[in-house]
This record gives sequence, C-alpha cells and structure tokens, in this order.
Amino acid sequence: MHGPLYDLVLLPLIKIVVVLAAVLLIVAYLTFFERKLLSYMQVRIGPNRVGPRGWLQPIADGLKLFVKEDLVPGQAEKFVFLLAPVLIMAPALVMFSVIPFGPELWITDINIALLFILGVSSIGVYGVILGGWSSNSKFSLMGGLRSAAQMVSYEVPMGFAIVSVLLMARTLSLVGIVEAQKAAHLWYIVPGILAFGIYFICGVAETNRNPFDLPEAESELVAGFHTEYSGMKFAFFYLGEYTNMLVVSSLATIMFFGGWLRPFPNVAWLSFLDVIPPLVWFLAKVGFFIFVYIWFRGTFPRYRFDQLMAVGWKWLIPLSLVNLFVIGLGVLLLKG
Amino acid sequence: MDFLVQNFAVLLFSLLAVLTVAGAIGVVTLKNPVHSAISLLGTFVMVAALFVLKHAEFLGAVQLLVYAGGILVLFLFVIMLVNVRKLRPESAFLSNLAPAAVAVGTLFGVMVALVMVLSRLAGPGADPTALRTVEGQVLGNTEAVGWVLYRTYLVPFEVVSVILLVAMIGAIVFGRRQASLEREEEGGQG
Repeated sequence: MHGPLYDLVLLPLIKIVVVLAAVLLIVAYLTFFERKLLSYMQVRIGPNRVGPRGWLQPIADGLKLFVKEDLVPGQAEKFVFLLAPVLIMAPALVMFSVIPFGPELWITDINIALLFILGVSSIGVYGVILGGWSSNSKFSLMGGLRSAAQMVSYEVPMGFAIVSVLLMARTLSLVGIVEAQKAAHLWYIVPGILAFGIYFICGVAETNRNPFDLPEAESELVAGFHTEYSGMKFAFFYLGEYTNMLVVSSLATIMFFGGWLRPFPNVAWLSFLDVIPPLVWFLAKVGFFIFVYIWFRGTFPRYRFDQLMAVGWKWLIPLSLVNLFVIGLGVLLLKG
Repeated sequence: MDFLVQNFAVLLFSLLAVLTVAGAIGVVTLKNPVHSAISLLGTFVMVAALFVLKHAEFLGAVQLLVYAGGILVLFLFVIMLVNVRKLRPESAFLSNLAPAAVAVGTLFGVMVALVMVLSRLAGPGADPTALRTVEGQVLGNTEAVGWVLYRTYLVPFEVVSVILLVAMIGAIVFGRRQASLEREEEGGQG
C-alpha cells in the first residue's frame, strides 16, 4: 500500500519528531519540577510569578536563554568551544531512539540496544571534557578533568551491573528485557536488588548529580566545566544533564522494574490495574526515579574527590563483581 | 531515486569510508593535539558505523564503548594534564619524509595486493550471514562472537587476558618504583 519512502523515511521521521518533542518538553518541565520540589524540601515556595503558580517559568527561562548574548571567551578554542555542547546534547537524545515507552511504542528495537546505549553515553563525556578544556579557564579545566576521571571510573561498575541483567534476560534488546521479565513473572529488582543499587549510584555519578556533582562544585569551581558558557550553549549543557537523568531513570525502569508492565504482571486478581495504560506505568516509574534524583540533591552533602574515587574503585567495582558472580551462579543453577 | 534505493548500502559504505579516512588524515595532519583527538573520535565512530553496516553490530558497539568511550578519554586526559597546546614541527622527522613515504606506500601496496589475492583464493561471494551464524543457525552477531570466543578459542582468549593482566601489573610496578624513587630524593633533600 505505502511505498518504501513512507516505510523507510516518513514513518520513522514522524516517530522521531514526536519523541524528540515530548522529551524536550518533559526535560524543560523537569527543571521547574526540581526547583519546586527543592523549595518545598527547604520550606520555601519556589518560582511562582510567571503564569499560574509559576507554571510558565520554564518557557520564560527558555526564552531568556535564547535571546541572551552568546559570549565566547577571547582566549577560548572557538571550534571546540562550539562543539562541546553539541557533544553533550546529541548523544543524550540519540539514546531515546532505542528506549521502549510501551508495547509497540518505540522508535526502533535493535538487538544490541543496551550496548548501544552504553557506547553512545560514553560519547557524552567528551562534551564535558572538551567544554572544560576549550574554555581556557582553570576552573573549567579542573571541572573537565574531574568529570573525565569520575565518568570513566563509574562506567565500569555500571557496566557490570548491566551485565547481570543481561545474564538474567539473555538478550541485549530493551524490548526483550521487558518481555523476559513478563515471561519470568518477576521484575528483575527482586534477584537484582544489589545490581540495581550499584546501577543507580553509578547513574547518579555519570550524570554529575549530587552527591557526585564535583565537576560543577560551585563552592570550589564556580560552575565547573560550564563556567564560561552562556545563552543557548549553557542551556544545552543544562538540558543535556536532565536528558541524561531521564535516560538513566528510563533504563532503571526497563531493566529492574518491568518497563511498561504493571506490578505483578501475572497475578490475575490484580488485572484491574490494567485500566492504567502501559505508557502511564512507564512514565510513573521514571517519574519516581527523577524524584529520587532530586531527593538526593536535597538530602546529601557532596563527596570529597578522593572519597568519590574510593567509593567507585574500592567498593562498587568489587561489589559489582561479586554480584555478577552470584547472579551468574543463580542463573546457571536455576536454568540448568 | 531508484538508483539511490538500489545502491543505498554501497553509497552509505562509500560515505562512511571517506569520512573514516578523512578523520584518520586529520589525526596526523592537525597541529593541535586536542583537534587530533577529536578527529580520532570521528574515525572511531565511523568505523563503528562501518561494522554495523557489515552486520557486525556487536563489534560496532564495542568499538564505540572501548575505543571512543574509554581509550580516547584517557588520551584526552593525558593531553590536557600535560597541557600541550601546539606541537613543534620536528625537523628530524620532516627531513626523512621522502624515504618514509616510499616505505609506507610500498607496505600499503603489498597489503592491498595480499587482500586482493586472498579474497580471489577464497572463492566468489563469501556468506553474508557468516558473522551471525551459530551452528548453522542465523542468530545475531553478539551470540556468534560469544560462541566463537568461549567455545572455539577459549584457551587463546584466557591467555590474552592473562597477558593483559601482566602488562597492567607491570605498568603499575614501574609507576610505583618511579614514585618511590622520587619520594626518596625529596626525603634526601629535606
């Protein structure tokens, strides 16, 4: 009926535009959500002037950043300075191409989705390093170097935690992982609670969020790697961070909390829960993890850098290896 | 339009190949080491894309993860730590350019000739699903690589991992010896 042009170009393009628009809108409102939530945690009111109860604040912020003067420091490395925000934003958005939001609700389902996400997310670190370096400012450079060390260190235990999920699901496809949880009658959080803990801690570190936000520790580095950035370039760094939070939360949902599945997907008397559509289940779970992110920021003090490295190398990596061994043994004994 | 659809794979391959080589040329010709590193990043990403195009998705993803995500970050880390802004042109290297070009060109020619002869010997049309086949079943590249690595080549694989471990321990031992020597010198002065 439809030509190859429709199947290969038009349909994917429509999907991509819809997902991109939704993600960017959600990310913009995440900034508002975070400011509001933090204010309530600190017994303040938060932004409440623009629009009813402050609901138009993200739009106003966006407009302000858009029309702001785009300043490039005189001593900066112009090309790299321009490239860095793109290198942070693009990989973060690309990762949404393989994330399933519900049954049949995805841009594409590839059989190496997990590896793809790990690979693409590791490109994101260049935005931080190069942004820090090209600004030609000591604060930015320190922030960039810190971030490089931190992200490379925490990628290792994160990878091991993900491999333990892979052992249970026996597939790298994110759709396959959710379906495997449906078939196993079990969310992987039950056997993989340790893996989930390691994954989420590493996820927080990878996104440079509190208590691991040393690359932009304002009390010592002004704003770290994005000190010299302004206007839309700054907005890219800012939005990139939130987009990455969204990716980490989505992956946590998919790998450990059954993706779009309702709780206890095989218990018959709970089937009234199916009234709520799968997409809403997915978004609710993701929203919870976003809340935890912000909760962390409102609760924990920042680590010292040597403590950060010690936690990563001396605790998380050995722990993730033990976890991998235990889960591997369990899979071997149960599945034969 | 028809031409585009029919030769899509070939055109994509040509584009990626050109970009790969362009990136590689950039690595050696750019003056600023950080620009070289960015160029190398481009080459790594394009090579990953080439792997995916040839149905070796696992290799593509690992290429991205290990080379682009791990090794090159460490390159950049070192470049930034020692803060080399510009490389001085090495006159000794430049004076030997002509013989070096001849040697490298000859080697390249021999390699191309070898590949052409070997592919002629291998016979026409190798199986395009060879990289995805496990015991006669077409599965996926990840499964196929795992199968070959952990069944057929298990012992070499383990030996390689031991060699890498030895190299790592060696590097740490050398690094520590130097650090402790420096500490002794500082102690002697103080």
